[in-house]
Amino acid sequence: MAEGYIELYNVKKSFGPKHVLNGVTLSVPRGHSLVVIGGSGTGKSVMLKCILGLLHPDSGSIRIAGEEVVGLKGKARDDYLARFGMLFQGAALFDSLSVWENVAFGLIQGRHMARAKARDIAIDKLGQVGLGPEVGNLFPAELSGGMQKRVGLARAIAADPEIIFFDEPTTGLDPIMADVINNLIVDCVKRLGATTVSITHDMASARKIADDIAMIFKGEIIWQGAAKTIDHGGNPYVDQFIHGSAEGPIQMDVLKP
Amino acid sequence: MFAHIGRATLALLGEVGRVTLFLKDALLQGLTPKIFVRQILEQMMRIGYFSLPVVGLTAFFTGGALALQIYLGSSRFNAESLVASIVALGITRELGPVLAGLMVAGRVGASIAAELGTMRVTEQIDALVTLATNPFKYLVAPRIIAAVVTLPILVGIADVIGIMGGYIVGTRSIGLNGYAYIRNTADFLQFNDVSSGLIKAAVFGFIIAVMGCYHGFNSKGGAQGVGRATTNAVVSSAILILAANFALTSLLFAD
Ligand SMILES: Nc1ncnc2c1ncn2[C@@H]1O[C@H](COP(=O)(O)OP(=O)(O)O)[C@@H](O)[C@H]1O
Ligand SMILES: [Mg+2]
Repeated sequence: MAEGYIELYNVKKSFGPKHVLNGVTLSVPRGHSLVVIGGSGTGKSVMLKCILGLLHPDSGSIRIAGEEVVGLKGKARDDYLARFGMLFQGAALFDSLSVWENVAFGLIQGRHMARAKARDIAIDKLGQVGLGPEVGNLFPAELSGGMQKRVGLARAIAADPEIIFFDEPTTGLDPIMADVINNLIVDCVKRLGATTVSITHDMASARKIADDIAMIFKGEIIWQGAAKTIDHGGNPYVDQFIHGSAEGPIQMDVLKP
Repeated sequence: MFAHIGRATLALLGEVGRVTLFLKDALLQGLTPKIFVRQILEQMMRIGYFSLPVVGLTAFFTGGALALQIYLGSSRFNAESLVASIVALGITRELGPVLAGLMVAGRVGASIAAELGTMRVTEQIDALVTLATNPFKYLVAPRIIAAVVTLPILVGIADVIGIMGGYIVGTRSIGLNGYAYIRNTADFLQFNDVSSGLIKAAVFGFIIAVMGCYHGFNSKGGAQGVGRATTNAVVSSAILILAANFALTSLLFAD
């Protein structure tokens, strides 16, 4: 898969003695939607943060459209980040700003757009995620979890990014709201033609958003393939994960009494 | 025993190193364009304006207590005329800046650490970066600038209120002559007394904002981590203020 738009090669990251990423190699073709599945604490968020440069990998290479991006600084880094949108696990809305200011933040601060114009775009993006203009003047603390996720989604797509990351977009939501978010993600991605990487341990969500699925285990990608093939992939780790079974090669460190 | 001391020393040196690196980032990245004027003004309101009541009350009671003590001491030598001048000196040189610094460290240092700490653990700081905004410019620099600018103003006001506290106690409960009290204050006080206090205040403001931001920025581990960051910010800035006060007093009044 040499023609991947996003390419990770042997990316490693440790925190002190704790090895979180043990050589992640991954490839996402342009316009594709990759979903990374895996248990909690296996390094999924750390992997996204390495690609965004929020964390520095200890070694390995990360290329976007063929360009090495590890260690970018200053203007080059700002230009790089301008191509991304990110929906954080907990939405990570700025709680001192109103909803529309949150959505418009990247436009006003990052792209120096006039506030009035940025506000119009923000209201439009809020509409795309099914929120009315009146929500724009509320503050994040006044919103339910599902609404916060939608605002986070609106903020992620506000600047029409080429690449969007979704970190556990449906975790903590009821199944119906989760499906609403899944549909919004599929719609938004289609509209923008973006390349996306999503993280989840919700298989229903994965099947809905993914073109390709990769599974991460102990800091390595142990399986990657088309979403359709996941049920017949023949990988015992993947089988255990998608069936949500406690029996199998993945052993939880649960102390037996 | 020695191992314990050694470990503690190493930990302290490590912390000093990390603060220095943080400071380097804060100054190099934070104090170069672009400057967030809106954020600076907002922080000036929060750090300066809203600290006025606390600092004013502290100064008032301290000035009063000081006047009473000096009177009780000096009356043994029939030197009551010293009350006004010693209150003025004590407040402008030492108590004004130090007490205001400590009160602001408790009020503002804690709230900076709690706010930035919460932003850190809820990934808001990461979100800022992905929206192409440098958190050193957007969060840290405005707080440092606002604290350095507003603390001297606060201390200037505290000086006036503290001297007024001394005046009220001196004239009402001790029975000193009001006109003489004011003349003693005005004649005795020199520019250097006031300016040294204001310089101290600027340094204390810097310490409070840097420690608040540093601990908030580096907090991890949820609500508990934020609580720890808040405590550390207040304790470390209080200690640094007292140490810096001693150093500045030796420096400013060395002659
Ligand atoms: N900044 C950090 N410092 C230290 N450890 C971290 C940091 N970020 C993540 N970790 C650790 O890395 C591991 C993987 O975290 P993460 O990628 O968030 O897991 P998940 O796959 O659930 O998203 C966890 O054990 C976590 O404790
Ligand atoms: Mg995660």
